[in-house]
Amino acid sequence: MRLSAAPAPWSDPAVLLPLGIAVPLLGAAFMAAAGRHMPRVVMDALTTALTAVTVVDLVLLWRLTGSGTVSAFMGGWSMRRGESVGIVLAADRAGSGMALLVALLVLAVIVYSWRYFDEPPRSHRGTFPALLLLFEAGMTGFSLTGDLFDAFVFFELMGTAAVALTGFRVEDPRPVQGALIFGVINALAAYGALLGIGLLYARTGELGMAQIGARIAEQSQAHTGSRAPVVVAFVLVSTAFLVKAAIAPFHFWLADAHAVAPTPVCMLLSGVMVELGGYGVARVYETVFSGPGGVPHAVFTGMMVTIGLLTGVVGALMCWQQRHLKRLLAFSSLAHSGLFLVGLGLLSPDGSAGALLWIAGHAGVKAALFAVTGMLLDRHGSVDELGLHGRGRDLPAAGVLFALGGLALAGLPPFGTALGKALTEEAAAERQAWLPVVFVLVSALTGGAVLRAALRVFAGAGECPPSEGAGPETTGEGEEPEVRDPRRPVPRPMQAVAWLLLAGSAVIGLVPALAERIARGGAQVTDRLGYLGSVFGTAGHGAGPAEAPAAGWTTSGVLLDLLSALLAAALAAGAVYRPERARALSAPVAPLRRLHSGHLGDYVVWWGVGVAALLAWVTLAR
Amino acid sequence: MTLLWYAATAWIFLSGVRGLTRSRNLVQAVGCLAVAQSSTYVLLLGIGYRSGATAPVFGDMAPGSRPVVDPVVQALALTDVVVGATVTALLLALVIQIRKRHGTVDPDELTGLCG
Repeated sequence: MRLSAAPAPWSDPAVLLPLGIAVPLLGAAFMAAAGRHMPRVVMDALTTALTAVTVVDLVLLWRLTGSGTVSAFMGGWSMRRGESVGIVLAADRAGSGMALLVALLVLAVIVYSWRYFDEPPRSHRGTFPALLLLFEAGMTGFSLTGDLFDAFVFFELMGTAAVALTGFRVEDPRPVQGALIFGVINALAAYGALLGIGLLYARTGELGMAQIGARIAEQSQAHTGSRAPVVVAFVLVSTAFLVKAAIAPFHFWLADAHAVAPTPVCMLLSGVMVELGGYGVARVYETVFSGPGGVPHAVFTGMMVTIGLLTGVVGALMCWQQRHLKRLLAFSSLAHSGLFLVGLGLLSPDGSAGALLWIAGHAGVKAALFAVTGMLLDRHGSVDELGLHGRGRDLPAAGVLFALGGLALAGLPPFGTALGKALTEEAAAERQAWLPVVFVLVSALTGGAVLRAALRVFAGAGECPPSEGAGPETTGEGEEPEVRDPRRPVPRPMQAVAWLLLAGSAVIGLVPALAERIARGGAQVTDRLGYLGSVFGTAGHGAGPAEAPAAGWTTSGVLLDLLSALLAAALAAGAVYRPERARALSAPVAPLRRLHSGHLGDYVVWWGVGVAALLAWVTLAR
Repeated sequence: MTLLWYAATAWIFLSGVRGLTRSRNLVQAVGCLAVAQSSTYVLLLGIGYRSGATAPVFGDMAPGSRPVVDPVVQALALTDVVVGATVTALLLALVIQIRKRHGTVDPDELTGLCG
């Protein structure tokens, strides 16, 4: 709500919105320039302080969005009579929530990596924090922008920073290969999105999301302009975000990049960057394409539910087959990303609220799991489930954490993942009664794979199966340790961060007031008129979305959660104590594994196939 | 005439994609990516072009005295160039590093990540 008197800076969106992007961006520039001239302690403290300031800023912004979208035009180019050439930043509960999640996770990663990396050479000392802050700026910018071209720029900024961070250890053979695949696929998809944005500009003369959406609706009512550019633009722009969200068949880069990136970077890639892709699809569809003259709701929902489920199944099957722990966790992120897309694609306040809660809970759990994997790599120089058999016994606390993380991933109450999963399932069941079955199976398989690894690595359970050489496989042997001295005890900050991340996920499930506030984002992300009203300055005062979606535990939801957690435990026990049966199950999945060839050309072909399929779907389904 | 712009854009973009899928050399693959990107320049400039108009620089003419081409797309194209240069430079640096660590730049011989 804008009051006539100038609001205080801590409640003024025109201050808070740009600061959420500017602080990390300027911090990155400063670190890159001055990092080499300061001792490491000072640099770490400064980076932590900068990220903490961003967190405070975004918390204030998040509180401000309780009653609807807030927006601010940059540089004073505000809207006059419904027209502006200015660039708008806009945040609702969902957008500011994603940005806040980014900032919290970056803060956790920076504390985690205080003692993680070797002392870097003096000339490059500021590089890692600078890249992290740049990555953060790209992600918060992507969450807060209300301008489609800026969304492309921030998309590229976070992509480029993520590629550089993935290939950060340039002396290693694997990271550079994974980073190149990641970079090429992401850049290609982004250029496609730019073509789409160009088409929209040609059609409407606008670049702001709300403005394009309003203009398409006007032109549709006046029966001017053809529909083809809108459809092509929808497919190209959505595809870019789907690549980021690692939705099948655009998902191939993800496992290759996650498996090789340094552990702190994995925490960010899996915890929040992938989820931003799904958020971007929902945000852009709602604001730009969901009005008259765009793409009908039924077509969008059908498409997102289908590819989301496909991704969930592919991710879960692939996750179960992995022995490289980071790759296993990467495929689990992929599976969950697909399920988030189903929740967001339903376009209902309940489905979106469930997905947002699930994303928040999942970020804590997945980052904690990667943090433990980093401890293993730190101690034993390997992330191979079979090679590490029983060798994690010296880290009992980490073992408990890893097992709890696996159960949380499967949906054990009271973690935020379980609450989000239950709410999304309920919303999905309203569309198709059988959808919760897929949710339960996918969660059980991914959680079960993590539990299996926990049993083998930390408890030394079962026989160590022979590592068969048949079929395509990425083992976790021969990974370069990311630290200098593997025999030191695990540093305290690393352990504390891992536990805090998992606890954060539990808090979301345990504090109803917090869950209810996050869930309100679900009502806002589906509130097209509220978003347009805020940008055009015509929002009715106090007329927010009708009601906040329910965000409490239900009996049926808890029962389904417990069912998938039990199923996960049973699968893990079965795989560890009856390995020969588990191996018989892997034969049918072999063709799917062969598709994940690690070959750049293949992945580009899959991208093309996906674009063509979506284009055909939207064209034929109207 | 307008359709020709779009057709040219699509042709250039798809040429880049085709090159990416068939490339046996990563340097060439990054080049193909740059080709695909250059289609966005063609599209943006085509959108903003007006026949008979001049550059949107008002140093020596009064605003409104002559038609000018759309300045927004030029700003977009310029941003696009910067983004493209950054991405291409980063990817080429990675290719150099791949050549050093793997001894090859043929994607067919890079089989470290699969399954």
